Amino acid sequence: MVDTVVAPAPAHERVARPPVAPGHAPRAPREAPLITGGKTAADVTRDVCGPIERGPRGLWWLAFTAAFSALALGVVSVAYQIEVGIGTWGLNRTVGWGFDITNFVFWVGIGHAGTLISAVLLLFRQKWRTSINRSAEAMTIFAVICAALFPLIHMGRPWLAYWVFPYPNLRGPLWVNFRSALLWDVFAIGTYFTISLVFWYVGLIPDLATVRDRAKGLRRRVFRLLSFGWTGSARTWSRYEMCCVLLAALATPLVVSVHSVVSTDFATSIVPGWHTTVFPPYFVIGAIFSGFAMVLTLMILARRAMGLEDYITHKHVGAMCKVLVFTGSVVGLAYMTELFMAWYSGNAYEQFAFANRMRGPFAWAYWIMFGCNVIVPQTLWNRRVRGSLAAVFVISILVNVGMWFERFVIIVTSLQRDFLPSSWSGYVPTLVELGALIGSFGLFFTAFLLFCRFLPMISMFEVKGVLEPSHERRRHDGGVE
Amino acid sequence: MTRRLHVALFDDAQAVVAAARALRAQGIDVLDVVSPHPIHGLDEVLGIPRSRLTWVCLIGGVTGLALGLWFQYWASATSWPLNVGGKPFDSLPAFVPVAFEMTVLFAGLATAAAMLARGRLWPGRRARPELEATTDAGFVLIVARSDAAHEAEDVDDLLRGYGARSVRHELEEGR
Repeated sequence: MVDTVVAPAPAHERVARPPVAPGHAPRAPREAPLITGGKTAADVTRDVCGPIERGPRGLWWLAFTAAFSALALGVVSVAYQIEVGIGTWGLNRTVGWGFDITNFVFWVGIGHAGTLISAVLLLFRQKWRTSINRSAEAMTIFAVICAALFPLIHMGRPWLAYWVFPYPNLRGPLWVNFRSALLWDVFAIGTYFTISLVFWYVGLIPDLATVRDRAKGLRRRVFRLLSFGWTGSARTWSRYEMCCVLLAALATPLVVSVHSVVSTDFATSIVPGWHTTVFPPYFVIGAIFSGFAMVLTLMILARRAMGLEDYITHKHVGAMCKVLVFTGSVVGLAYMTELFMAWYSGNAYEQFAFANRMRGPFAWAYWIMFGCNVIVPQTLWNRRVRGSLAAVFVISILVNVGMWFERFVIIVTSLQRDFLPSSWSGYVPTLVELGALIGSFGLFFTAFLLFCRFLPMISMFEVKGVLEPSHERRRHDGGVE
Repeated sequence: MTRRLHVALFDDAQAVVAAARALRAQGIDVLDVVSPHPIHGLDEVLGIPRSRLTWVCLIGGVTGLALGLWFQYWASATSWPLNVGGKPFDSLPAFVPVAFEMTVLFAGLATAAAMLARGRLWPGRRARPELEATTDAGFVLIVARSDAAHEAEDVDDLLRGYGARSVRHELEEGR
């Protein structure tokens, strides 16, 4: 109920913002701005909500068609495998894990960068995370879904998948084996998925309210349902920020635990090449490395497809490249440590496992892994390479190729030739396995593209909080005088 | 009884904080500030106490840890003891990963649920008050309006002096 309107909005508030005088820049001039284009808070709302209200560009449709086709291929492959059985894969009695578990470990690893960006960088108060944390966290969720798919279909009878949970049953009750690393996986991945989803959705609520307030008709009703009645009152913000810090503080050890637990699937066995204590940190750093590479691939594509070049800038790409060169170097150190320990252990089986990796039938896979993960990222020390989006894009894809092969090498070459030469065997993936791999990429990219299309892919409220205050101040002063 | 309110719209976070500080200095209670992003330092100005969510998180975590450890022990050593590789039934080190995951799961879900419940946020709830500008770029400051006309005018002048783009007088909406 409005009694009086004391001071109506001045008409000139709506005019274009004044140009930013270069001498007024509050930061040291050599530091590039985080958000380019001199954006105001209203610009952020318009630029981020615009693409999801207008509909996508042609590039989006092109990418979606490709991703959806890959997904369809995956559905056909997996449906055929479930109908006929695990025999449609190239596994045998010696190599019991192949593409399935390789893909599982690969996809779990991809997810780690999302949590790292949204949680660890939040705790460290890194402002550059604000443009990419939302989409990186979404990437985590889709990657974990892709990962969970593989143990599921690897069971052969996926309709009995609920047997992995400790539920009361009429067989005793017979409980799951809590001493098994495979069961730890169930809990680690389940918790990781749940907490990531909650963290992501809580982060979305204020921005869903922004979309709601701009929308009309059906879209408004849908976003009213999704945005939980958010207004942005001071008390709610206070609690909200505390909640985000707590979830970040919980997600940080969680993300370390997840890939450590995945590595115990291997490390707790006695297979030469798997039975090493370095595996948990080795897997965690590899996961962060591959995850950041995937974030770079996606961000370089998405900024173009959704027209967000001012928000995902060279500064963001540069920061992620530095993480990539650091984690890549640690991964290189892990490979060297593994080789040194194999030699230093004096254990003939351990030494053979690594000699077989480097010179055996899968030597090509080992050297692809080594080249892509250890040598290629070293080019990122060069500022010119970091500044070239095309070069960074190619490097990010090569790193992911390398990281996929890392898991393939660890799994297949270790199993293929173990203690008893009479049981040695080879492994050739079938088309059905290749189809499932391509399908998982299809699922991942389809989900990610739908996310870009329907939800604000940049955390608007966080970007508004880190805008250079000088823009708004100047604009405001101009409006009053 | 519904209160009468001043609803002032600002374009700038610093101006809102300055106005709120000035009002508080004069002993006038600022009911709320509604903003598109969290404003640092506003909690102290408005006198909002530190959130107690940390305690919810701790209680959730301890519950998850206790439940995780107890259930694993009960299932592995009491309900159906099963000899797996000659390991003891009560193999505590092997129970650590699942107990840790349960700790994080309970703590995280409890914290998020408490935040939503305390903030009265749930699916489909209508936003009250409906202030569309505050999810875009506007900042709204809400002050209870005094019955004395001259005091109300003073507050209007103060708000405009700190750069309020508009000041409306409204009746409080029921929650």
